[in-house]
Amino acid sequence: MELRKTYFADERKDDLKEIGQPRLRSDALGHVTGTTTFFADRNLPGLLHLKMVRSPHHHARIRSIDLSEAEKHPGVVRILTAADVPHNVYTILILIQVGPEDETVLATDKVRWKGEAVVAILADSERAAQEAAAKVKVDYEVLPAVLSIEEALAPGAPIVNEYHGQNYYRYDSGECRKVRYGDVEAGFAGADHILEQTYGSGPIEHAPTETTGCIVVPEGSGRFTCYTNTQAMFFTLDNASIILQMDGAKLHMVGGTVGGGFGGKVDVTVEPIAILGAKLTGRPVSFIYSREEEMQISSPRAAEKLVIKDGVMKDGRIVARYVKAYIDAGAYSRHSPYGAQKSAAHFPGPYTVPNVWVDSYCVYTNRTPSSAMRGFGVTIGDFALEVQMDKLARLVGMDPLEFRFVNAYRDGDMKAHRQPTEGAALIECMQEASRAARWPVAEKYLAMSSARREG
Amino acid sequence: MTKVPVQFVLNGEEKAEFVESGATLLRALREKIGDTSVKAGCQQGTCGSCAVVVDGELRLSCLTLAERCGGCSIETTGGLAHGEVLHPLQRAFNEGFATQCGFCTPGMIMAAKALLDRNPQPSREDVVEAISGNICRCTGYEPIIQAILAAARANSLSAA
Repeated sequence: MELRKTYFADERKDDLKEIGQPRLRSDALGHVTGTTTFFADRNLPGLLHLKMVRSPHHHARIRSIDLSEAEKHPGVVRILTAADVPHNVYTILILIQVGPEDETVLATDKVRWKGEAVVAILADSERAAQEAAAKVKVDYEVLPAVLSIEEALAPGAPIVNEYHGQNYYRYDSGECRKVRYGDVEAGFAGADHILEQTYGSGPIEHAPTETTGCIVVPEGSGRFTCYTNTQAMFFTLDNASIILQMDGAKLHMVGGTVGGGFGGKVDVTVEPIAILGAKLTGRPVSFIYSREEEMQISSPRAAEKLVIKDGVMKDGRIVARYVKAYIDAGAYSRHSPYGAQKSAAHFPGPYTVPNVWVDSYCVYTNRTPSSAMRGFGVTIGDFALEVQMDKLARLVGMDPLEFRFVNAYRDGDMKAHRQPTEGAALIECMQEASRAARWPVAEKYLAMSSARREG
Repeated sequence: MTKVPVQFVLNGEEKAEFVESGATLLRALREKIGDTSVKAGCQQGTCGSCAVVVDGELRLSCLTLAERCGGCSIETTGGLAHGEVLHPLQRAFNEGFATQCGFCTPGMIMAAKALLDRNPQPSREDVVEAISGNICRCTGYEPIIQAILAAARANSLSAA
């Protein structure tokens, strides 16, 4: 690998010893010998298996739950319902005061997405737990479901989540996260061309090879050791503490070895109920998603709908950018209010635009709750923005790479969310890309710098 | 539940266990014998994380009944190294950055071993074909393909 040291040479000492050098991963020896201990790589005497009874409906009222047949099934040790959960309604980001609590650990009167957890079976074997789960009789009254952003925001739409009261998250700034910079209407009025496009994406599942899960061991000390593959150890610890109304010191989370996460293992969906099961039975409990659950139940990247309208001058300068972003949270918040907020701040992209208006909505639908995934709130926006940039370049008859040089942000430029640009390197990256991809650009662009403006 | 006796050779050692009738080789290896180098990724024959070599053939242990393996010789990644001396495939995966989360690695190595055992000098296409039943979600596959080719080269050098 070639390490090019000419860029920003005056900003650092040229004494990089590690970059460009091969280094062994500290964990690879365990991986190649099969000795890395993943959470499920332990056999415990008396281990109970937890299987979840899940909603077959997108949206339904629960009239009654009949456990009588399931309780009689051989091997069943305990069945957990909402009444067993000390603090059953939670939301992950309450830890940073992003409420309201809007999600049930186990459903009470309603289910809001197909796959929602209703009843947890604890049995001596996985098979017994599975068979007993099939014997739980839940009487549902099916309700009309909202399955898209458009349906959710239509007048008179059924309310997905009563804890919010409307089908979008209410921020302190109102019905959406807003960015207001310059005068976007004046920008459009003075533009040579205007281009408005709508972009959409579906949910994307991370599909890690190791499914989400944990094994919990009740210790003689009164503590619970939870072996987990969470990517968010402290979110899990603190949320489990809230849900179980248990001092965090009683919870010993052990993890850090994750068989693929990509953001898909930051929700808190298995640990609290497994710890509760271990507490109520006094036995170790294993709760591991099947592959079907991983694909259907674990939260995906949100579906998004993005409307981008740009005003552009003949010389290629973007003078106004208006964005309406809709992030489909599914039935519950999880991390989506944060994702939608992040998208609002991100939307001008790495470009300096003098007039910007962004409205970013976190929308509730009766779909699988979405959550974190590699740059969530940003990645789909970048896809849309860069497609839009190509279309704008075509509109004004410019080379798409040169068009980006004209608009690239540089050190000192004010971003739309009022953070001055620092440490920009977009121009240098594009210069290098131009050479590497043999995509020539005019000499004046190769002379540009992120650190200063010419003239 | 009816238990059935099963006896096989695992990585050169005799093993004898009682397993539930219908239990998979995956469960028998992980839960009865304690060889957790074999990973349960999908338990439906689609990801390859549980791949082992049975009598020289690559097999998905999640789709193989333990009771059908009586008398067989089974190899897993957990038995590949001799003490601290790594198998050339293990060395190549380690040095070539061919692991990230590591969950697919044991199955990937067994798929590669089954290939090199029957075809010591595979082409790139042979390698791609051999690991086509193994899903890796982290690496993008290229370092894995390169590691397997490197192991084949190392084998041919040591044989020369």
